[in-house]
Amino acid sequence: MENAIKAKVKKFLSRFFKSQEIADDQDIFSLGFVNSLFAMQLVLFLEKEFDIMVDTEDLDLENFRTIDLITSFVEKKQA
Amino acid sequence: MKTELTDEQLAHKEAFRRFVDEEVVPYAREHDLEERLNPAVIDKVIEKGYLGSMIPTKFGGTGMDMVTLGILNEEIGRGCASLRCLLTVHGMLALAILRWGTQQQRTDYLPRLAKGEILGAFALSEPNVGSDAKSVETTAVLDGDEYVLTGTKKWITMGQIADLFLIIAKCEGQPTAFLVERERPGFCTKAMKGLLGTRATMIAELHMDNCRIPKENIIGRVGTGLTHVGLSCLDYGRYTVAWGCVGTAQAAFEASVAYARDRQQFGAPLSDNQLIRKMISEMTVNIKAARQLCYHAGYLKEVGDPDTIMETWVAKYYASTMVTKVTSDAVQIFGGNGCLDQYPVERYFRDAKINEIIEGSTQMHEILIASHIFKTM
Ligand SMILES: Cc1cc2nc3c(=O)[nH]c(=O)nc-3n(C[C@H](O)[C@H](O)[C@H](O)COP(=O)(O)OP(=O)(O)OC[C@H]3O[C@@H](n4cnc5c(N)ncnc54)[C@H](O)[C@@H]3O)c2cc1C
Repeated sequence: MENAIKAKVKKFLSRFFKSQEIADDQDIFSLGFVNSLFAMQLVLFLEKEFDIMVDTEDLDLENFRTIDLITSFVEKKQA
Repeated sequence: MKTELTDEQLAHKEAFRRFVDEEVVPYAREHDLEERLNPAVIDKVIEKGYLGSMIPTKFGGTGMDMVTLGILNEEIGRGCASLRCLLTVHGMLALAILRWGTQQQRTDYLPRLAKGEILGAFALSEPNVGSDAKSVETTAVLDGDEYVLTGTKKWITMGQIADLFLIIAKCEGQPTAFLVERERPGFCTKAMKGLLGTRATMIAELHMDNCRIPKENIIGRVGTGLTHVGLSCLDYGRYTVAWGCVGTAQAAFEASVAYARDRQQFGAPLSDNQLIRKMISEMTVNIKAARQLCYHAGYLKEVGDPDTIMETWVAKYYASTMVTKVTSDAVQIFGGNGCLDQYPVERYFRDAKINEIIEGSTQMHEILIASHIFKTM
């Protein structure tokens, strides 16, 4: 069964990447769709959905670049 | 689904309204004519704790919910649009510290901002850079334990009186946010005069000439000055500006209804004419629509829904274009008297237009709203 966090992240991202199937390890920031609006929406989504706080030190592209990285970031914050 | 204010929110609205009628409305004309806020009025706002409306109680603020905070901005906007701008820029700085600052920055600054001991401002725009914010020319270079800032900011609301500034500068080629205190060597402000509207917003140019600040004064990380820090600030800015538009429109509407009832032409009050009634109907409907969009954006903020960012763009776009139309119709209803500064509607009309320029112009909203639709639909 797919990780529940990953499923929610995918569902959220599908709103922005409608016509495109994104692989779990694909760099979403290189797809040309993302802008600063998306970056902040992603932060708000993660905070609300997973009850975590994204801090300044978390603002590293390596936490958000792919679906896999976002999932492990959330797991790390929830631990 | 329920879209009504709670008893507590209604009680706040009453209290804000009373405060504005007693302490703000009587000074609005003076503010406009003298291009400055009366310090006694700012003191009253501080006394009420309104400068801490966006700051949580644990840092000495009043920690209002986002809807109540919106109503506060509507009411103050109804009384004096210039004074309301103080809530916006002070809040933008406070929220940047709250959201992205270090614990040290929070405890150092938030209690003093909440009490109004220091005033905040937000500095992004420059002589050569407005809508294209990412192209800021001000630079910040790390030199040992300090950042050295060089450049000029323009149009900075409350720049004449603020004590603490959030400066967006290019650091390592990327927009980055910094806190700069007024007394830093190499930092100075120059008052700007002659605004069309919100004439008492005490705007200024900020000059930074090798202005050194401790490296701890960075907010967020290098490169997050617009994407995260600026976007959080501007989202709050747009939200409060949208509410301010509803307030100014409400003031123009109330004045128009009273005037149309009172003024006699052709042996009858103006309000007997269908063409006047049409303008009153449109005002009624459009103000209500804008207020609902603001409530919706506020509700989404309160529950932390990511859609709030986009819905705030929508609310600000609608409210700011609505208020230019409503205030223009108010001038029309007042006729010659609408063109004279003895009546408040010409001020509302001038104040209204500013909202289509600040916090992202009307065109920037049109571009962003449409591009979001084509991306997500
Ligand atoms: C009263 C007042 C208070 C302000 N307070 C602050 C403050 O506190 N802090 C701060 O940082 N700034 C502040 N500003 C500056 C404000 O944010 C800018 O004026 C605004 O961002 C627009 O930038 P600009 O004036 O350089 O216009 P420009 O960016 O030069 O735009 C000029 C016109 O061209 C349009 N335009 C630009 N690009 C495009 C495009 N791609 N497509 C279509 N149309 C386009 C714009 O919509 C606008 O109508 C304030 C301005 C005013 C008037």
